[in-house]
Amino acid sequence: MRVLLVDDEIELVSTLAERLSFRGIDVQWASTSAEALAKVENQCFDVAVLDLRMPKIGGLALKDKLIKKYPEMKFIFCTGYGSEEDFKAIARQVGEEYYLVKPLDIETLVEKINTVLEQNLKE
Amino acid sequence: MNQNRQALNEKSAFPTSQKQRVNYRRIWKLVVFLTAGVSLLPLIFITVIDYQVTQHAIESEFLSRTTRTVSNTRRVISFFLEERKSALNFIVHDNDLKTLETPMRLANILENLQNSFGGGFTDLGIVDSSGYQTNYVGPYPLKGKKYSNQDWYKHVVKQGTYISDVFLGYRRAPHFVIAVKKTMQDGSFFILRAAISITPFEALLSNLELGGLGDAFMINHEGTLQTISRNYGNVLGTLPLSVPKLSDTSQVYEGENIMGHKLVIGYRFIDNSPFILMIVKNKTELMKSWFQTRLKLIAFLIGSITVILTVILWTSGYMMKKIKIADERRLMTLHQIEYSNKMASIGRLASNVAHEINNPLAIINEKAGLIKDLFVFKGEYAKDEKLMGLVDSILSSVKRAGTITKRLLTFTRKFESSLEKINPGKLLDEVLGFFQREAEYRDISLNLNVSENTPEIESDRGRLQQLFVNIINNAFAAIDDGGRIDISVGLKNKHQIFILFADDGCGIEKKNLHRIFEPFFSTKTGSGGTGLGLSITYNLIQEIGGEIGVDSELGKGTTFKVTLPLKMK
Repeated sequence: MRVLLVDDEIELVSTLAERLSFRGIDVQWASTSAEALAKVENQCFDVAVLDLRMPKIGGLALKDKLIKKYPEMKFIFCTGYGSEEDFKAIARQVGEEYYLVKPLDIETLVEKINTVLEQNLKE
Repeated sequence: MNQNRQALNEKSAFPTSQKQRVNYRRIWKLVVFLTAGVSLLPLIFITVIDYQVTQHAIESEFLSRTTRTVSNTRRVISFFLEERKSALNFIVHDNDLKTLETPMRLANILENLQNSFGGGFTDLGIVDSSGYQTNYVGPYPLKGKKYSNQDWYKHVVKQGTYISDVFLGYRRAPHFVIAVKKTMQDGSFFILRAAISITPFEALLSNLELGGLGDAFMINHEGTLQTISRNYGNVLGTLPLSVPKLSDTSQVYEGENIMGHKLVIGYRFIDNSPFILMIVKNKTELMKSWFQTRLKLIAFLIGSITVILTVILWTSGYMMKKIKIADERRLMTLHQIEYSNKMASIGRLASNVAHEINNPLAIINEKAGLIKDLFVFKGEYAKDEKLMGLVDSILSSVKRAGTITKRLLTFTRKFESSLEKINPGKLLDEVLGFFQREAEYRDISLNLNVSENTPEIESDRGRLQQLFVNIINNAFAAIDDGGRIDISVGLKNKHQIFILFADDGCGIEKKNLHRIFEPFFSTKTGSGGTGLGLSITYNLIQEIGGEIGVDSELGKGTTFKVTLPLKMK
């Protein structure tokens, strides 16, 4: 299981990656969408945790690019912008993805990742 | 505490300058003054002119009527004198002296005269050129009397005919004399003299219909009364008025008697006689009919002024009321726009602040989380309870701050009108979240009771939030510390839900109860209230198709009853 974390807040994404790795998750992180796209060139990821608001290419646009390369990749979105109900509206358009509001609870994130992966395995 | 209440009261959100009001009373006064001036001044002006013209016309009419009476009476009197003078002339020319000196003949002539001319002729006498009365018929013993020293004798000798003033003479009774002289061929002359009683004169004058306490009499050129006067004395008395100026025509002028009463005086000098005909009327009596007309005129003026003023007052009052209502509506709309803009600005500001805080919060959360992970996973300091406690404290504070920013985002998210499915209980819970801290400080118990059968409704979240905040704000302002607010939500019927907001605050006076939703009605104007809070609430409810009612008892509390449709149209 390999997870890709993408967030423009380097302090946040690096710390989060370290915490996930403490929990036995193979995690890589990127602070821009370009960096993330470069990472997927060499490695395969099962799950991507994407920030919705990032400079240039946002989370939803990045998802479109990633899914073209890895159609089976699963996504979890997070943001400090907007609320759960805002996202529901977007979620209805783009699919049944998961969504988390910052500040994240690490256990909830791990749980979400596991749930997504289980779904992946079932499929 | 008062400051807190004021801060809670959304009414204070409007700046004072917005509340500056037009002085409608001053405008109303100005309108009434100008309209009344423009309409009443011409009316008063025309009425005054009409008053003067009418008064002048009536006075002229009285003067000309008096002139006509004087002229007509003069004609009768002149005819009376002329007739008698002609008769005497005829007698002296028809009879010679000898015949006339025959007592029987003279008595016969007197009788004929009395029969032909009615009253007046008292006696007849023949006076010779030496002034002795040689023959006399009449009731007095005047034969042989000498008249050569008397004025009338001198005048008749000189002029040929003469009409005397009224005098008493030998008989001591008022009369006047008409005498005619006949000169004979030998140059000698004799005079036929007739004494005429003033009774026919007086009868003639007293029969005149004069009106206005009118008085008709005759005077001589010296102002001595020649006939009896109703107001100025008896025959041969002196008239207490000045003798009028000599004139050939009938004249009328205005004068005063010694009592100061105004008089209309008409007079005419009778030709070839010493008499002046006088007709004197009391002006006040004459003008009595004018006074009645004047009363009608004044009554018309007062009536017209009253009607005009009533119409002006009513119409200007009505128009001013309409303008005031229109102005208030316009102001209300402006306030509402301002209120919405302000809420939107606050929303945007809060939203930005929440987002900006969220990112550093997330970093703090992760860093503290990492510290904890290091303690737990690496075993270092894992048993240091104090350090673990400190990290947990940081994490719980981050969680608390996160809850606040999340709530802010939820609340300020939407200000444009849009329909969505809303759980009323949940929304009320969110709104109450904002009041929790205040409620804790003031020891106010907030209770939300949502019935199980409460369905979701389709409505405008932004408006619902605003109106809930407004109503709860009001309740907070009304209750004392330690009070309670109970909110109940439930299904009213298959189309509507109900929400009751009950507080145990000061309540609303019965007389104010029906006015609380009116714009600008406030009992808290002294503390910064604009009187718009509940009015805005009312409009918000109208906009989302709901209804609002209120029950209140002074000193016990108030319940706002809100009904909302399940589906907003």
